[in-house]
Amino acid sequence: MSRIDVLKTYKIFIGGKFPRTESGRFSPLKNKDGDLVANICLSSRKDFRNAVVSCRNTQKQWENTTALNKGQILYRIAEILEGRKSQFIEELMMTGSSKYQAKNEVEQSIDRLIYYAGWSDKFQQIFSSVNPVASNHFNFSVPQAMGVISVIAPNEFPLLGLVSIVAPVIVGGNSCIVLSSEENPMVSISFAEVLNTSDVPHGVVNILTGERKELVSYFASHKDVNSIIYCGDKNEEIKEIEKVSVENLKRVKIYKRKNWNDKTSQSPYFIEQCQEIKTTWHPTES
Amino acid sequence: MNFPDLEKTLKIDKVGVHERVNRFCKRSIKTSAKTHGLHLALSMIDLTTLEGKDTPKKVVQLCYKAQHLHDSMLDLPTVAAVCVYPTLVGVAKKELIGSGINVASVATAFPSGQSTLEVKLNDTKFAVDQGADEVDMVISRGNFLAGEYNFVFDEIAAIKEACGKAHLKVILETGELDTLDNVRKASDIAMYAGADFIKTSTGKISPAATMSVTYVMLVAIKDYCKKTGIKIGMKPAGGILTAKQSLQYLVMLKETLGDSWMNKDLFRFGASRLANDILMQLEKQESGIYQSLDYFSKD
Repeated sequence: MSRIDVLKTYKIFIGGKFPRTESGRFSPLKNKDGDLVANICLSSRKDFRNAVVSCRNTQKQWENTTALNKGQILYRIAEILEGRKSQFIEELMMTGSSKYQAKNEVEQSIDRLIYYAGWSDKFQQIFSSVNPVASNHFNFSVPQAMGVISVIAPNEFPLLGLVSIVAPVIVGGNSCIVLSSEENPMVSISFAEVLNTSDVPHGVVNILTGERKELVSYFASHKDVNSIIYCGDKNEEIKEIEKVSVENLKRVKIYKRKNWNDKTSQSPYFIEQCQEIKTTWHPTES
Repeated sequence: MNFPDLEKTLKIDKVGVHERVNRFCKRSIKTSAKTHGLHLALSMIDLTTLEGKDTPKKVVQLCYKAQHLHDSMLDLPTVAAVCVYPTLVGVAKKELIGSGINVASVATAFPSGQSTLEVKLNDTKFAVDQGADEVDMVISRGNFLAGEYNFVFDEIAAIKEACGKAHLKVILETGELDTLDNVRKASDIAMYAGADFIKTSTGKISPAATMSVTYVMLVAIKDYCKKTGIKIGMKPAGGILTAKQSLQYLVMLKETLGDSWMNKDLFRFGASRLANDILMQLEKQESGIYQSLDYFSKD
């Protein structure tokens, strides 16, 4: 008797849980031959709102985790991903990558996580400064986490693009809500499973799947979000984000690059982009 | 005032209660109904601070918040009352003159209730003398669990007498009563002994108010009203943090006791954080944009 395959339901990732979208909507994801690969949740405004709540609840605790520990946790994500390499390669191939491309993307993603794990307790030194001032003050500036960040992940490189943005965001003590690649969201949910088994506190990373044009405006307008990162080059979306972000003076960062497999797509400056610089004036004796 | 016949107390079907409560949480309340409900919930809040570290200035601040919930929004109601320890009643009373907001005080060796009747009576009288409009007492859970129901009854009756004109709310501290049957029994005892309100919890014990417990108490109030014609008020306290929860409680209230209970004279929320969440929701209803606590005063 032949066995019936058990197919995975791809759900979304909020607060360490995998709920279905509150809206009950989904869209079929097809491979290049037109066969159904999976049904993907179309997240709603309400899902995003719930994700922001869990993000906010956990952000301070994550920020206060020691740099060493944050680094260890990022390293752990890489370890778990390494162990599930073949699954990710298979999933990427299902949706159009060649075997070579898929292998490359997964391996680069793992290496990128290790790269940022290493920066965890080092970027602070690079971006801090002691500033010369004319009065009797010891004046210094240090980077601090921005808080809750909403992320529109790149459409290109569904795994590597996601990792390239999320790793520098969380290593800097932020928590985030990510809208995964619209064209190929499947692998992002498998990545959520990796995060969930890597000691990343629940709610630090939340991953939604769905349509950009529907959700972009909510990602940018929510007042409990401190910053938004947008990866893409659609001018009308960028305009909308810049317009509604003004409401609470969100930091807006736009990445138009598509070369997420390039060396230039990893650098400590990606961490700096999601840090606020705090300057302290400390009185000294003359 | 006579002792209830506990032999005839309704036995609680725990599974049935949970099922019923789940149904209350599934009502869809949107747009204008939601706004109306949130306004109503806001007007029923007893803004509370009951901490060892409370200072007169903290109470002054809280009283200001009670009168100015969110000045940038028009047509907001004020909260129903400010709830403090007896020693701070004087401060609150002074701050709230002419505002229409009541001052509630906890009394009777709150929150444990482990003291002599004499101390409890003095505590109550002190609060009333200071100007408290409402007194929130705790029952002696130890005696209740030991089966000394007469003791608990007499104590509530004595405190009621000491309250004079002040309204008496009786805290059952349901988190320590273990079973819903006990909750029902304690509700009956409190109402027959003269409570004006029955209240779930002190807020110091987890679990505090739950919908199941509140539902059992609401049904007890309904039965009491049927028998005597007297309407007793209800106050769930502690653990109600979100606007959504408050709406679910209001749904439960409406579908259990009906419209005549839907006002601050017969229903209250004991909460400190609920008000801001409701304000955020109201602001969102108006602007369409989700809000952040950063833009609302803490207390």
